[in-house]
Amino acid sequence: MNAFLYANAWLIITVVKVALLLFIVLTVNAYLTWFERKVVAHIQSRWGPHRVGPHGLLQPMADGLKFLFKEDPTPAGVDRFVYFLAPLLALALALTSIAIIPFGPDPLPWKILGQTIYLGILPPNVNIGILALFAITALGVYGVALAGWSSNSKYPLLGGLRSSAQMISYELALTLSVVGVLLIAGSFNLTEIINDQTSRYGILGWNIFPQFLGFICFFIAAVAETNRVPFDLPEAESELVAGFHTEYASFKFAMFFIAEYTSMITVSCLCAILFFGGWLSPFPATWTWTYYLPTVLLLPAGLWVIWDGLRYETIFGKVILPGIGAVMCILAIALVIFPGVNNFIQAPFWLLSKIFVFLFVYVWMRGTLPRLRYDQLMAFGWKMLLPVSIANVVVTSFAILRWGAIK
Amino acid sequence: MTAPLIIFFVLAALAVGGALSLIFQKHPIHSALSLIVVMVALAGLYLLLGAEFVAAVQIIVYGGAIMVLFVFVIMLLNAGIEEHTNFSKLAGFPGLLLAFALTGFIAATIARSTDTVQAASQPGNMASTRDLSTMIFKDFVYPFELTSFLILVAVLGAIVLAQREKA
Repeated sequence: MNAFLYANAWLIITVVKVALLLFIVLTVNAYLTWFERKVVAHIQSRWGPHRVGPHGLLQPMADGLKFLFKEDPTPAGVDRFVYFLAPLLALALALTSIAIIPFGPDPLPWKILGQTIYLGILPPNVNIGILALFAITALGVYGVALAGWSSNSKYPLLGGLRSSAQMISYELALTLSVVGVLLIAGSFNLTEIINDQTSRYGILGWNIFPQFLGFICFFIAAVAETNRVPFDLPEAESELVAGFHTEYASFKFAMFFIAEYTSMITVSCLCAILFFGGWLSPFPATWTWTYYLPTVLLLPAGLWVIWDGLRYETIFGKVILPGIGAVMCILAIALVIFPGVNNFIQAPFWLLSKIFVFLFVYVWMRGTLPRLRYDQLMAFGWKMLLPVSIANVVVTSFAILRWGAIK
Repeated sequence: MTAPLIIFFVLAALAVGGALSLIFQKHPIHSALSLIVVMVALAGLYLLLGAEFVAAVQIIVYGGAIMVLFVFVIMLLNAGIEEHTNFSKLAGFPGLLLAFALTGFIAATIARSTDTVQAASQPGNMASTRDLSTMIFKDFVYPFELTSFLILVAVLGAIVLAQREKA
């Protein structure tokens, strides 16, 4: 038994990692819907979900149960194979793209089954990281387009058409806007791209400064690729009912939903990694006191959760919220007591904070921006975004030729 | 059987199966989907040969951009199930013969040049993107630029043909 475990250690560990990452991503997805509804509600001077559990915290679970138990009718005249394939394709590709993201530079301090464990599913020496990600996103459009086509209905067909046209148009700008970063880093490897942004002055080494134009192009194109506001024309509910997923119900609808939120997370990861230094701290390396930042943030948050939970009359509020708060406080104190652990979590802490900021920007945009008209979308993509990202590539190449790479 | 060999046969079967399905499917969308399967399986084969850059580009360009365009056009025209004309036996028999001849010819060529074919496939030995770009932009820069010029001419031709007459 033990020999078998050691012989297949790599396979077993990868499977466990995949399962763990899936669990985390799906949970984050569920609470991302809660977060989005709360933030959009507050932007619009509403309360948002607040009935199911304190602050509506149990709402995602209620939603999940509802998705599972709803009736799932298949409309007449659909192309059955493609109709069932489409949500599967969308979800599978979205979840696969997360596997390429590295979440920290250092392996775990101890070995499991004789294997070094890195944070992230792929080993850090895979050389086509960013290209593989683009390959997966390039295939992602089929989920939406095929869903629209196979539903045998007018509105989904229009949604699918819009989506494929939009994806073709913005894919070019998306890929070209990253070329500047790749030229500076000289590698496709995500870990190397992050390490290349290391600098004595912390934040000043990040790619956002030499590649500001590239970042703007990348973010706009990426939002368009994920079909989010203001580029959510494929599902524009005021025009197309629900666009490409009009004919989908129950969990098949939820699969599209999860796919969309997962791609939001992937894009946020990419923004953080390519332009904002990934897991690098924004402070100079000599400022060791910034290492206590996670503790300083976690301890008051934990205390607030305890205080907030005790005000509730329900069991969930009285017991579970203070429990979560207590765990947060204990973690915060543990980080002070064990400096090794504290050093280890610095990198993931910064990466996750940056990802969170971008997720917030996504939601913020949804709460404030109106949807583009179709011709505006096309004109913007081809006449504005594409020339600007090409210009960015040209200028960056000449700058590197003239002055050499920045570092 | 080693793991790379098993993966090779799975991918090869996928590619051949996809290609057959591409021909025999009745509906254009199903044919396009089969073609995507072929493209992705080919990308897997490239990855197996250590050509990771070519594999990624294969999926991005063929699997992504070009096939999305195919699917888009099929959806836009709302093409239905193909109508088959009567199969001409006169055209069919020589066609089949020629197909077999071509397959035999290619197989014979590969069989005769076993050395070079095997030299290309060394799993684990990754062809670097840098070498590839040196080859395209230094050693073969004139053929490369000539090809892009050819494509540019084709694009211009398509635009001229598609342009509406200004009445």
